[in-house]
Amino acid sequence: MGNFGKKINIFLESFIEHGAYNKVLEGLSNTILIAVMGHIIGIVIGTLIATVRVIPKYKLLPRVLNGFCSFYVGFFRGTPIVVQLLLFYYVLFPLLGVRITAVAVSILVFGLNSGAYISEVMRGGILSVDSGQMEGGRAMGLSFSTTMLKIVIPQAIKNILPTMGNEFIALIKETSIVSFVGATDLYVAFNYIGSNNYEFMVPYLAMAVIYIVLVLVISLLIKIMERSLRKGDKSI
Amino acid sequence: MIKVSNLCKSFGELEVLKNVDIHITRGEKVVIIGPSGSGKSTLLRCLNCMEDPTSGSVVFNGVDIADPKVDINIHRQRMGMVFQHFNLFNNKTVIQNIMLAPVYVEKKRMRKLRRKNPNNEKIKSTAEIKAEEKEKAINLLRRIGLEDKADEYPSRLSGGQKQRVAIVRALAMNPEVMLFDEPTSALDPEMVGEVLEVMKSLAKEGMTMVVVTHEMGFAKEVADRVVFMADGVIAEEGTPADIFENPKNPRTQQFLQCVL
Repeated sequence: MGNFGKKINIFLESFIEHGAYNKVLEGLSNTILIAVMGHIIGIVIGTLIATVRVIPKYKLLPRVLNGFCSFYVGFFRGTPIVVQLLLFYYVLFPLLGVRITAVAVSILVFGLNSGAYISEVMRGGILSVDSGQMEGGRAMGLSFSTTMLKIVIPQAIKNILPTMGNEFIALIKETSIVSFVGATDLYVAFNYIGSNNYEFMVPYLAMAVIYIVLVLVISLLIKIMERSLRKGDKSI
Repeated sequence: MIKVSNLCKSFGELEVLKNVDIHITRGEKVVIIGPSGSGKSTLLRCLNCMEDPTSGSVVFNGVDIADPKVDINIHRQRMGMVFQHFNLFNNKTVIQNIMLAPVYVEKKRMRKLRRKNPNNEKIKSTAEIKAEEKEKAINLLRRIGLEDKADEYPSRLSGGQKQRVAIVRALAMNPEVMLFDEPTSALDPEMVGEVLEVMKSLAKEGMTMVVVTHEMGFAKEVADRVVFMADGVIAEEGTPADIFENPKNPRTQQFLQCVL
């Protein structure tokens, strides 16, 4: 155990006195930034795709959009996210001649990727809302999109919140691959501390603890959100 | 006011309506009866194009609303509809349910006015619109004795209360005609009366009404005209006295024998 105590001392010394906590803070904020922004982009894209998929398909435009959405979901669910990240960072943006930071690429790729997954979750959510809700809105003279936005999607989101929580938790852990394109996240930060003096045991343990705490906090936030959204439910 | 000609509707192979013609004049109360599967709900839902007719025309105030090029939403705002299963918005409180569509429509109208002339004195702010609609909604709720439920969610109301709210929600748009699709069929027996009372008071005020129902008592008391449908056609129509006391068509006689 004395050995372990020494390892902790080495870690603390590097963490506090040598200023490695700055690196960890940077990594933590990047991890959270990529996960939160990625998820928000994912929700927007996922909702749009899910809406396209439930529109009645008598006309040409919805059919074309639907085809595009199928291709999109097929691509992002069919390839590993690491591959997508590498493709965007080393192939797509250089080809376009656009300079972009690793963090920005990560946000974009995680957003596009989770959009594909969330679209299916959201579609399930929309289908779970009684069709009478849409009818009620349309019969009042509200348009399809207004009824969708004000009536159906809020109820769909309430129904899928537990699954969305899952998606977000999965996402925050998946962000640990952004080091592939050189973005500093939690893994990179702790790896850096460890490689300073070839002592990885404590840094990696600390990293795991931070991830767990992050996920616990998120679970709590989701629970609070769910409670406030459920206030319209049966409570007699 | 609503003139339906040669209306056909099929769901896939199934022909639900076969060349139906019906003319509803302003202020008239038309009750549609008939066995289930006779197409009476489908006919009602074609009146505001909740179902797109397969062929034929539905002329409302001079416009054929069955034409896909027509902006159906504008016309639906003039036609209130009440459903069998209420279809109140579950994520909105009672008062929000009533205010939602009128506020939305008013806001849209104001935007149009502003685009034409930003200094038009008739332009109201969103807050003014909301205050106005809220007052209107509370008056409507008072009328059905539910003003104390304004801030409840629909899940806390009984079936009868929900349906009464659904009726005034439709009224909040100041419709020219009210369409009722079996408004009491999903209710417990003791709640049917309170809903019918609201409908009767509407009828007294002279509202144009088209009602699909199995409540023969209501039909006898309120209807100006009773329409009996069977197998996708109007088999017989006439005054309540004609239909209930002196039915000519054997299908009508058979149906009335079963329900009366």
